[in-house]
Amino acid sequence: MSKIGVFICHCGENISATVDCARVAQAAAEMEGVAYATDYKYMCSEPGQQLIRQAIREHNLDGVVVGSCSPRMHEPTFRRACAEAGLNPYLCEIANLREHCSWVHEKGEATTQKAIDIVQGLVEKVRRNQPLTPIRVPVTKKALVIGGGIAGIQAALDIANCGHRVILVEKEPSIGGHMAQLSETFPTLDCSQCILTPRMVEVAQHPNITLYTYAEVESVEGFIGNFKATIRLKAKSVDEKKCTGCGLCTTKCPNKKIPGEFNEGLGTRTAIYVPFPQAVPNKPVIDKEHCNYYQKGKCRVCEKFCPTGAITFDQPDQFITEEVGAIVVTTGFRVLPTSFFPEYGYGRYKDVITGIQFERLASASGPTMGEIRRPSDGTVPKKVVFIACCGSRDPAKGIPYCSKICCMYTAKHAMLYQHKVHDGESTVFYMDIRAGGKNYEEFVRRAIEEDKVNYVRGRVARVYERADGKLVVRGVDTLLGAQQVEIEADMVVLATAGVANPGAEELAQKLHISYDPYHFFAEAHPKLRPVETNTAGIYLAGACQAPKDIPETVATASGAAAKVVSLLSQDDLVREPLVAVVNRCAPPVYSTCVGCFLCQTACPYQAIEREEIKDRQGRVIKTVAKVNPGLCQGCGTCVSFCRSKAIDIQGYSNEQMYAEVNALLNHE
Amino acid sequence: MMTENSHTPSPAERLKACSGVDVQLCYQCGKCTAGCAMAPEMDLPPSFLVRLLQTGSPAAYRRVLESRSIWLCVGCEQCIGRCPKEVDIPRLIDCLRSEAQKEGCVSPEASDIIKFHKSFLGSVKRNGRLGELDLVVEYKLRTLHLFQDVDVAPGMLAKGKLPLIPERIKGKREIDEIFKKSNA
Repeated sequence: MSKIGVFICHCGENISATVDCARVAQAAAEMEGVAYATDYKYMCSEPGQQLIRQAIREHNLDGVVVGSCSPRMHEPTFRRACAEAGLNPYLCEIANLREHCSWVHEKGEATTQKAIDIVQGLVEKVRRNQPLTPIRVPVTKKALVIGGGIAGIQAALDIANCGHRVILVEKEPSIGGHMAQLSETFPTLDCSQCILTPRMVEVAQHPNITLYTYAEVESVEGFIGNFKATIRLKAKSVDEKKCTGCGLCTTKCPNKKIPGEFNEGLGTRTAIYVPFPQAVPNKPVIDKEHCNYYQKGKCRVCEKFCPTGAITFDQPDQFITEEVGAIVVTTGFRVLPTSFFPEYGYGRYKDVITGIQFERLASASGPTMGEIRRPSDGTVPKKVVFIACCGSRDPAKGIPYCSKICCMYTAKHAMLYQHKVHDGESTVFYMDIRAGGKNYEEFVRRAIEEDKVNYVRGRVARVYERADGKLVVRGVDTLLGAQQVEIEADMVVLATAGVANPGAEELAQKLHISYDPYHFFAEAHPKLRPVETNTAGIYLAGACQAPKDIPETVATASGAAAKVVSLLSQDDLVREPLVAVVNRCAPPVYSTCVGCFLCQTACPYQAIEREEIKDRQGRVIKTVAKVNPGLCQGCGTCVSFCRSKAIDIQGYSNEQMYAEVNALLNHE
Repeated sequence: MMTENSHTPSPAERLKACSGVDVQLCYQCGKCTAGCAMAPEMDLPPSFLVRLLQTGSPAAYRRVLESRSIWLCVGCEQCIGRCPKEVDIPRLIDCLRSEAQKEGCVSPEASDIIKFHKSFLGSVKRNGRLGELDLVVEYKLRTLHLFQDVDVAPGMLAKGKLPLIPERIKGKREIDEIFKKSNA
């Protein structure tokens, strides 16, 4: 015979205006198993909580039902009050009389009766409640950062500087990402490499950071505080310990005409290569696809010339496993392939280039040493046309969203061009100028007012080559009453849209994080949890969420790092014990599980393991399912799949739920 | 169709030298046109006129010079008073008027307005200040609109608003000096 206390709250007038609270308390007092029932104006207030604590002590209650607002609001409050009075908090349940009854019905007899029914249901449930204890999970004090662009670099440094160990994984041979490719950065025109490369070096030298370049995350298992990541270290064909980075091999490699990724195809590299001179680590790798030895079976010139014997052909990829407590995903973005808008002639005309190619032309470390020269003939272009929104804000052919960074980098490109080519003329075709950000609007106005960049509002229909070989851009000036405009151009720069990386979807599935229709990773809440994912312990930063500029990327990286650090600063995590358990009436023999493992296939969190039940001689009697409470999210999918009804969610067992529902239905 | 950027000589630069106004400052918000008292009468509202000048194209420049708008502006300066970028349109228009006259491309619709300006200045030059009857007589002789607005004359005469003999000022010599300096 249980002794349950029922406490009906008026919630000011929120409940009492339509529900007769005193009558609900009276009716509750007569329910089976109820030892005490009362009502009060504000149960969540200190006197209200004191009322509950006192009743528990005086009447020696072994269960509590509070009829009040939604459990989302005050369940923690009342459970804490119960715990203070010595009652297991999981023996306290909330009957939602406000959202489920008083707010949605008129005042009347039926409303009060519904409130009584709801209370009755919860009383029946509490009679069957078991005391539970929170689950404590240890935390591995190490973080994994996936992606070594500026976001990954910033996040790794911030976490490492707080004293935690960091594994940084980068798929390219060097860290640095897109920022390393940029010339100058808006709105201050800082040299991108000058502000980035010191941080790259800091990452390489930091005692708390382990850097894996030319590596990719193969799989991730586990849960918050206890992830296990398998990382593929792609074979570099160069022994990093022996290699001194002297670079002799790259000068001797006979295969010199490979379009370089770092220069976006505007420069060439060899098959054994360092992506750029400031690379970290500054040691070459062999690109197997272009290496004569790997493709044709002979060459090995680099091996002959290497003074330290560091070339190691035919190594297999290596796999390592790292245990980490938290993961930060900073895999960045790429620009939309230009095949989306053939009317602009990219690929057909050599002097139609993308914004990121222009960055390489303007960069001091680029193929032209920072001089703006045409890819076709190497001359300095005297007229350059920049086309904004190439693919952005184009639901039909490109992407419907605004890529956010193009307005600013186009203004920067035009400005850099005017700074470098004094007698040059530049024109920008734009739809709107979106320059929201500190000193951004001023920057764009500077391009127009001081650097005399000609801004024309309207889209470009096409770029074509005239008989004399000149490129002609045909657009419109909508501010002149939609007048067609034709401009001769020596070079055309397309501000191509920012889109998600090709492998983003696959990575999201490996990590069990959600992504949006454009394959950008989704944050847990767009405003209030912008660097968290829906999977606990996995965080996001930078342009893998959406196109972002450098300040925003760095801000989110530091934000994600703060989240990781607050997680890693705890010795263990406390979780609600509302997880699935496999019924074992008299362990070990009488587990009701038949071992069909349908639950294992149904579980979205890989939380169900196989367990062998043995007799005293160590012989296996049967193999049954076992739930890992650290992984289980309490979703209940396994419960509905279990044919022998051997699994229950603690706190929400089948027995409890049936009792609650029956109580709701069983009145005349 | 118009071809932009074929830029010799640059009208924008000439205009900037004359007026000191940089048309590139304008970001086409349209506030000048929104407040302009004459805009409903204009063929090129002020913001559109500035946009044409921004293009730097000779064709657009010619269109501005030939427009009625530059002569319709009454110089109330509401536009610059409200302009967020302080683009001095009245000053720009002053320069455009003299450019239009130099280029000989004044809008035919503007001839009466120009005759009015000349009559006004003629009266000031003669008397040192405006003599109303003086102005009216010169304007009618120039335009031959002999009977325009004659119905208001009796009333004005009765109220002493149309003195028969124009008043002369004391500093007539200084006024002459001003006219001499401005080559008018």
